[in-house]
Amino acid sequence: MGKPAVIIIGAGPAGVRAAQTVARAGLRPIVIDEAARAGGQIYRRPPENFTRNHAELYGSEAARAQAIHQDFAALEGQIDYRPETLVWNVADGHVWTAKDGETQAIAYDALIICSGASDRVAPVKGWQAAGCYSLGGAQIALKAQGCAIGHQVIFLGSGPLLYLAAAQYVKAGADVAAVLDTSPFWLRVKAAPKLAECPDLLWQGVKLLADLKRAGVPVLTGVEPVEIHGDPQSGVSGVTVRHKGASKHFAGDAVAMGWHVKPEAQLADLARVPFAFDALTRQWLPQSDAQGRAGNKVYLGGDGAKVAGARSAEVTGELAAMAALADLGLSVNAAVDADRRRWLLSEKARYVRFAQGLAQAFPWPHHMVAAIPDEAIVCRCEAVTAATLRASVQSAHAQEANRAKAFSRVGMGRCQGRYCGHASAEIIAAARAVPLEETGRLRGQAPVKPIPVALKRIDL
Amino acid sequence: MTPRFKRLVETDRPAVSLTVDGRAIKALAGDTLMVAMLTHGDALRTSEFASLEPGDGRRAGFCLMSACQDCWVWTADGHRLRACSTPVEEGMAISTSQPEASWASLL
Repeated sequence: MGKPAVIIIGAGPAGVRAAQTVARAGLRPIVIDEAARAGGQIYRRPPENFTRNHAELYGSEAARAQAIHQDFAALEGQIDYRPETLVWNVADGHVWTAKDGETQAIAYDALIICSGASDRVAPVKGWQAAGCYSLGGAQIALKAQGCAIGHQVIFLGSGPLLYLAAAQYVKAGADVAAVLDTSPFWLRVKAAPKLAECPDLLWQGVKLLADLKRAGVPVLTGVEPVEIHGDPQSGVSGVTVRHKGASKHFAGDAVAMGWHVKPEAQLADLARVPFAFDALTRQWLPQSDAQGRAGNKVYLGGDGAKVAGARSAEVTGELAAMAALADLGLSVNAAVDADRRRWLLSEKARYVRFAQGLAQAFPWPHHMVAAIPDEAIVCRCEAVTAATLRASVQSAHAQEANRAKAFSRVGMGRCQGRYCGHASAEIIAAARAVPLEETGRLRGQAPVKPIPVALKRIDL
Repeated sequence: MTPRFKRLVETDRPAVSLTVDGRAIKALAGDTLMVAMLTHGDALRTSEFASLEPGDGRRAGFCLMSACQDCWVWTADGHRLRACSTPVEEGMAISTSQPEASWASLL
């Protein structure tokens, strides 16, 4: 019998640490990543001919980014690395990949899913206009391509990335028109004990805010988004928010919007991992034990399971790999492993408390989403309004998320509910006047991203 | 029309030539198609739903991380490309509207 087949999906901080751990045990894992270069979104690398160094690209996290990139490069020859490859399904113990017009099914004895996260976005009237980007997208434009998303950029949302990305734009010489945070400032004070779990990150946040204020950027907290102005032809022209009872307008040709990130959990769903409702962040999350065991030979690591940031992802990626190895009977040194596991679990617990602090300090603005005006588009993909979604709930009795999707098409477009799913659930719950969890959960569907009809199967 | 994106750093790269809807543009080696197109124009495509929903119109991408699929553009022979994750190549001919599909062009 050959060595067990271990597949790792994703080459961000979690996937890299998982790959390293599995390779160290003498196995040759298959590492599948959609990007051209390893690092994930957080430590995303520009193309090879770009010249900025790690300090310029990743700031305070430069050493961690560099370690991830170098440690992954050192795995060459020990892993079967498949970049620019999409995993579009997980079914019956096989991972289905697509690359360059070809598809194949690969069997696994252990599957470690480190699928990362994407922006959690609240719809705002007008957000379909050209020039509106996800906050993470705005950061990628700068980090991976050296560009700003516009000539006068408005940052709208909540969470640490709002301030980080805005400060990075200012530093790079972009014109930042305003930073508009939906969370009131006092919540940060209330969350301070949990945020103190990572004092250096808390301090960085304080510094970012000071940098923005020093640069003369208006920073407003406790805003309520009213409208992103623009026209269907030329795109964004500004943003209006309500702040302290007054209407405030900011002119700009681009908006970067985001409220933290959320797990890309579609593959875990297809792999039959159970989900549970998380009341703090108001979303359904894939479930695993503390080490990442999710059952049926599936293991979860990083923000793809539960968002706790890049540092946590390194820890949970390694934990998931250790759990997989232990279940395969491949623990090299049980006593050393137990010590290491204990330390990783205590680190994980610290990052989870910090993440809870962030969720409390910068909450998802669910009441604003639920009250979005009827004429606002909820589904960007197919331009479906809140009125259409509400009508499907009221007149078609679509009381559950998947049913409302079938009637209204919200969640059925090309992003497959990634950017409207959470908002849609809030709108359905408000229309029914029931708790959010009673609206159910949008099921993941294969293919998790669009693939060509004419893929050639190469594993038969 | 002002281009949508603004280059801030890393501008010392060799030029790459391509066409967008027949118009010649110069990009820089290492650009994604999205950056190449939006440093010369203000949109990538028009929403298929623009004629049905008055507020909808031209689109310029959204997530930049291969998740939202808002940045689809086409090659002259009908292949769909995701502009945010496709590097530019010399001589590319890109269309911002979907060429008429035929089975031959899908295979």
